Amino acid sequence: MSAERLRGLLTEAFPDADQLDVLDRTGGGDHFQVIVTSPSLTGLSLVEQHRRVYEALATPLADGTIHELRIKTKGST
Amino acid sequence: MSYSEKIKDVIDGSDVALFMKGTPQFVMCGNSDRALQALRRAGAPVTAVDILPDPEIRRELSALSGWPTIPQVFVKGELVGGADIVEELESTGELERRLRERLGEDYAARRDEQTVALTS
Repeated sequence: MSAERLRGLLTEAFPDADQLDVLDRTGGGDHFQVIVTSPSLTGLSLVEQHRRVYEALATPLADGTIHELRIKTKGST
Repeated sequence: MSYSEKIKDVIDGSDVALFMKGTPQFVMCGNSDRALQALRRAGAPVTAVDILPDPEIRRELSALSGWPTIPQVFVKGELVGGADIVEELESTGELERRLRERLGEDYAARRDEQTVALTS
């Protein structure tokens, strides 16, 4: 999977994101680092923030195309 | 007894439960190691469960927790998160604060770490 496809899924889920970075950590298309800063995450616990990211990427997580996912999230105003 | 009931028993019955790939003595995944090391830095009394012996363990764990990835850390039955969250909370001191709040001021004095093997 390309970082661009991941970014597309995240953009759909967080259309108002201030920051949306997707890094293919190994270049192999299966180990990713994503950083999301969005007002829709404000006020949520880290667990709930990460759950939103997991929901956005549910398909590639479930079918095994993402082997490893590192997540950093932040709310913004 | 199914895995689910045993998983629930560990989550609810442990001060700090860590579901990981491998064991603390032989960690099989970098992210599991990141979570373990952060918990150790915070002095957490960890009960570790290796999810690798049977894929069914991971399936039932994720169905219970609604969390798709490994590792998973629980404090007194509540999901704290995976490696990224545990590392972030540890680096800000928030993990120790939560452990003191849930387990008591002297939790780190115990320094115990145990491994539980799940069998179906």
